[in-house]
Amino acid sequence: MTESTGVSRRVLLVKLGVFLNGIVGVILAVPIVRYILSPVAHARKIGYESWLPLGGLEEFPAGQTRLATYRNPVVNPWDGETADIACWVRNVDGQTFQVFAINCAHLGCPVRWFPQSNLFMCPCHGGAYYQDGSRASGPPPRGLFTYHYRVDDGKLFIKAGEMPTTGNPTASVPGARRTCA
Amino acid sequence: MRVIRKVGEWLDQRLKLGETIRETAEHPVPRETASWFYVFGSAALTCFILQIVTGILLALIYVPSAGEAWNSLQILNHDISLGWFIRGLHGWGSNFMVAIVLIHMVQVFLFGAYKFPRELTWMIGVFLLLMTLAMAFSGQVLRFDQDAYWGLGIGASIASRVPIVGPWAVNLMLGGPIIAGATLSRFFAVHVFLVPGLLIAFVGVHLLMVLKLGVNEWPMPGRIVRRATYVAEYHEMTHKAGVPFVPNAIWKDIFFSGFILLSIAACAVFLGPFGPSGQPDPTIIQTAPRPDFFFLWLYAVLSFLPPSAETPLLMIGPAIGIVVLLLLPFFAGEGEKSWKRRPIAVLTILLTAVMLGSLTQLGLHTPWSPVMDAWSSVPIPSDYLKGRTALERRGALVFQAKQCHNCHSLDDMGGKRGPALDKVALRLTQDQLIRQVIQGGGNMPAYGKNLSPPETTALVAFLETLHPTGQPPAGNAARAVVLGASAAGSSAAGPSAAGP
Repeated sequence: MTESTGVSRRVLLVKLGVFLNGIVGVILAVPIVRYILSPVAHARKIGYESWLPLGGLEEFPAGQTRLATYRNPVVNPWDGETADIACWVRNVDGQTFQVFAINCAHLGCPVRWFPQSNLFMCPCHGGAYYQDGSRASGPPPRGLFTYHYRVDDGKLFIKAGEMPTTGNPTASVPGARRTCA
Repeated sequence: MRVIRKVGEWLDQRLKLGETIRETAEHPVPRETASWFYVFGSAALTCFILQIVTGILLALIYVPSAGEAWNSLQILNHDISLGWFIRGLHGWGSNFMVAIVLIHMVQVFLFGAYKFPRELTWMIGVFLLLMTLAMAFSGQVLRFDQDAYWGLGIGASIASRVPIVGPWAVNLMLGGPIIAGATLSRFFAVHVFLVPGLLIAFVGVHLLMVLKLGVNEWPMPGRIVRRATYVAEYHEMTHKAGVPFVPNAIWKDIFFSGFILLSIAACAVFLGPFGPSGQPDPTIIQTAPRPDFFFLWLYAVLSFLPPSAETPLLMIGPAIGIVVLLLLPFFAGEGEKSWKRRPIAVLTILLTAVMLGSLTQLGLHTPWSPVMDAWSSVPIPSDYLKGRTALERRGALVFQAKQCHNCHSLDDMGGKRGPALDKVALRLTQDQLIRQVIQGGGNMPAYGKNLSPPETTALVAFLETLHPTGQPPAGNAARAVVLGASAAGSSAAGPSAAGP
């Protein structure tokens, strides 16, 4: 490419201009991509879960499974009732607890507890679980998701904050089957 | 009239569009294409325009906020004059649009219109179908009710199964750790800005290509498409024996579009808008979420896939389907266009229609879901209780109280998750019944820990009465030998006295 004729200089300038805009595009793309990826940014993602009180121990009698609700820790003012999350609390023997996510391990529908038959049943695709959360029948690939819990000052706390899914289960109690998709 | 013509001339002097519009309107099309089979593309466009107009009207009131969306839909339904009608038009318009896009696609496929030189038109059409489905799904999310909430949960659960990036995909889809305000906002952006923008652009290119390449001629058996000769043949067909698009062909498009609009309006008036169902409050768990009509087949598929195959099939299945559709014109770009000479094409359509139809039908009835309240609301038919012993009636009580009825039907009432039990005594002996109840198996939970021995005895005694009159229940011939004649005799005379 020579610069002796006017035409080729203009062509060069056009190419230079396009190149310049390419660089500007890349510079703009970085903040845009970071903005889009903000829900999975490391600093935010590790802050999703925290210890939440579910209520006094007297609300969860020994040998029974009760519905409990909590307000999600990461919340926007306009989230409304969607930030209220339910879970099942099983008081095994007055000492040990199991806290199950409400979401079926198959595709996340809300499971219901039937104390008469000691089963959790899912209304969507017919998954069923035993009282200890292990899979009884149907399409779920694993047992119910469980939250870590601790008892403090007569209150039950769980570590929660993120919707559990098959690919991203919350805490798994030792011994529970854990499948990674 | 003179004023109008003057204004028209003034505008055309500046716009310079009159000639192009006239040429486009009067461009020749093959005579046989002025047919009622060629009206679906324009009808799909009509639906799309209706969706844009009604969508803008709804956006005047709708609040895309997780805390307020449901309330704003109630206001639309009940407080704003004819808000329910606009919602009905938009909801039914969506269903009609998906249906017509599918019919259009079937017609194009059967008429061989995807062959040379219209391959790219077909491929863009595939993207238009995917975008239409994306609009239908995101629109269901904007109707922010219980179905939308748990539908998002299903979507997130599927996304989570993507290998490696699954957990991040969920956060990206939801805009945070849970289904909440950020989720609705991003689905609003997708439904109102992103996909409609793409749709307008793709529809524009799709239409332009139909005009530039000419509408597909009526396929004649034996008229073979060849790359070398097709363009010249088509040119001759349209210029020697063609008719102008306006008015010869377009009047059918106009009539059909009007009929479709009228049908959508009739559905909106007589059947009303869709929902919203219950509030999107995740602590209300007394709910049985269902997707909209056009996703019911998928809902059915998700309940039938075995757990081991589910994740790979969910990841690979849709990708294969889309790739096959996109590549279709490349492995069948030439040759016969007529459906009369393409039996595999016809069979493919029939098979797909039967498959989707059956799955949708199953999705409407969800036989795989337990009927959650059958144990307390569906009684055991009285015929099954007449003339029974106290033990057998006690067993019927156990049957109800332990929620067996949620999954097993009697006289066609109750759950369909497990087999109907009207004739179970013909299939299983007493020992097999006890084993099945206690240990479960074959997709049935084990009840061993939840039934006391007397409850099990009573339940099995009741189950053994479930056989037609005149047909004896299944028995174990070896029992008489093992337990002795007296035990076998008492068992045969006991629970199997009479059938329902």
